[in-house]
Amino acid sequence: MSGRAFNRHGVRAIYRFEMARFRRTLWQSVATPVITTSLYFVVFGAAIGSRMTQVQGVPYGAFIVPGLVMLSLFTQSILNASFGIHFPKFIGTIYEILSAPISPLEIVLGYVGAAATKSVMLGLTILATAALFVPLHILHPGWMVGFLVLTAASFSLFGFIIGIWAQNFEQMQVIPMLIITPLTFLGGTFYSIDMLPPFWRTVTLFNPLVYLISGFRWSFYGASDVGVRVSLAMTLGFLLVCLAVVAWIFRTGYRLKN
Amino acid sequence: MHGAMSTILSIANLSKTYASGLTALNNVSLDIRKGEIFALLGPNGAGKTTLIGIACGIVTPSGGSVTADGHDVVRDYRAARAKIGLVPQELSTDAFETVQATVRLSRGLFGRPPDPARIEQVLRDLSLWDKRNDQIKTLSGGMKRRVMIAKALSHEPQILFLDEPTAGVDVELRRDMWGLVRRLRDSGVTVILTTHYIDEAEEMADRIGVINKGSLILVEEKAALMKKLGRKQLTLHLQQALPAVPAELGGWNLQLRSAGEELEYSFDAAAEDTGVPALLKRLGELGIGFKDLNTRQSSLEEIFVGLVSARAGAGA
Ligand SMILES: Nc1ncnc2c1ncn2[C@@H]1O[C@H](COP(=O)(O)OP(=O)(O)OP(=O)(O)O)[C@@H](O)[C@H]1O
Ligand SMILES: [Mg+2]
Repeated sequence: MSGRAFNRHGVRAIYRFEMARFRRTLWQSVATPVITTSLYFVVFGAAIGSRMTQVQGVPYGAFIVPGLVMLSLFTQSILNASFGIHFPKFIGTIYEILSAPISPLEIVLGYVGAAATKSVMLGLTILATAALFVPLHILHPGWMVGFLVLTAASFSLFGFIIGIWAQNFEQMQVIPMLIITPLTFLGGTFYSIDMLPPFWRTVTLFNPLVYLISGFRWSFYGASDVGVRVSLAMTLGFLLVCLAVVAWIFRTGYRLKN
Repeated sequence: MHGAMSTILSIANLSKTYASGLTALNNVSLDIRKGEIFALLGPNGAGKTTLIGIACGIVTPSGGSVTADGHDVVRDYRAARAKIGLVPQELSTDAFETVQATVRLSRGLFGRPPDPARIEQVLRDLSLWDKRNDQIKTLSGGMKRRVMIAKALSHEPQILFLDEPTAGVDVELRRDMWGLVRRLRDSGVTVILTTHYIDEAEEMADRIGVINKGSLILVEEKAALMKKLGRKQLTLHLQQALPAVPAELGGWNLQLRSAGEELEYSFDAAAEDTGVPALLKRLGELGIGFKDLNTRQSSLEEIFVGLVSARAGAGA
């Protein structure tokens, strides 16, 4: 309770409040990814996959699993975290956060922590659903969890930034729909970028999501488009950039204070 | 006794110019005493909410400083904000949350450990206990305002800002609110409220500050303010109704009321010569008799309107 100590009660209060919000929509939160993942398997795994042999030595159905998890992780982390902070801004209850003895870091820990937790649970749900369709084996479980948590955290942080930046709900949807989803599709979710002609392969290497998907897939099957260390460095780099932007937002009060 | 006079909130040379270029506060300095009820009065756009916003950390000041119980609200914001509760002017609540959940969140945000007994006490005090598990969107406007007060009180602040606590609230609820504010003051909380209702300040406040166009134009003990600036009305209940104010009484500021049965004289109570004895003498000479007489102090409303228009005239 002393003046300068870390406000752990504040972080916990935000985290619990956000998790309670997720619990209220638990049914949608579970049903949506389960149904979508099943659909992907029906369409890509069964219909197309039966005509494809193997990619990087992995059956096609299993090959697409890590990419599918990443696709949901990217978009859902952004949507959850951006909504979490945008909603109080929209309805005006943000006044309380701004007037509380809580530091920017603590606010971010509460909101982003809750959104990332939900994303990790979502990722695990998708993996469990996928396991019903294809035999999954995870070569490097430690790395797999590491990439899952890091990606959930960085994209939740990115979502938090979007939630503050966005001036309405439409703007909030723009980035996940118009940038993240296409980049994920073009980033090797459904194919190995080695299958592309050299020119397009080079272009694709400018897509940062390639590195995240590739690293995550490596943790399953040991095969990757780019080196796993490069993947890890890219993920951490993205996290750091987001952290820097959040720090700047709170220092300047950008779209938070007058 | 001198403890009651110590300063709990100190505002020094505070200025705020918004990005639009509008100056909402202009070099405001003000000390709030521990345990008092301070009413900040001013017309729309005077800068009341801006002042509160800066004290609470929602608005960044352009110049000057605010300290709460000795802690600078910017540099030492943790210690300062932990002492402050805010009930903002706008009703903004988490519509889909329950009353209890939103009040719990507030307590945690302000760094206090969970305390169900305290939350229950606050909700009972505000007659919200029966509604604790209801979604806020199902509550009436008055109840929502009480939820916002409950949130502000959940962390036991020493300083409470109430930004227009009774705007859009019915008469009964207003009385309840006044009662609540008094109980808070009695429990040692310093209350700073803004209002457009002058009778509210008159009813509640120990001291009154008047702010207009970003400048604090006066701060006074309520009683002293009433005395110093108060005009009085002398009402004479005449024995016989008069059709018009007699020309012989042209030297006094007189008006006839109640179909000529009452003669009202408005005068400056603080003046050396109020004109009252001379008026009574003159009435006697003219043979105008009266059955009864009474005097009445001007309300703050009248004082306030006078002040603001006087400044506007002087500044032009
Ligand atoms: N975010 C903002 N950006 C620009 N100008 C603002 C902003 N907020 C307030 N103002 C202006 O600052 C001035 C003071 O506003 P403020 O809300 O402090 O007044 P107030 O005394 O609380 O008024 P009211 O009694 O209507 O609530 C007004 O002219 C207002 O238009
Ligand atoms: Mg206001």
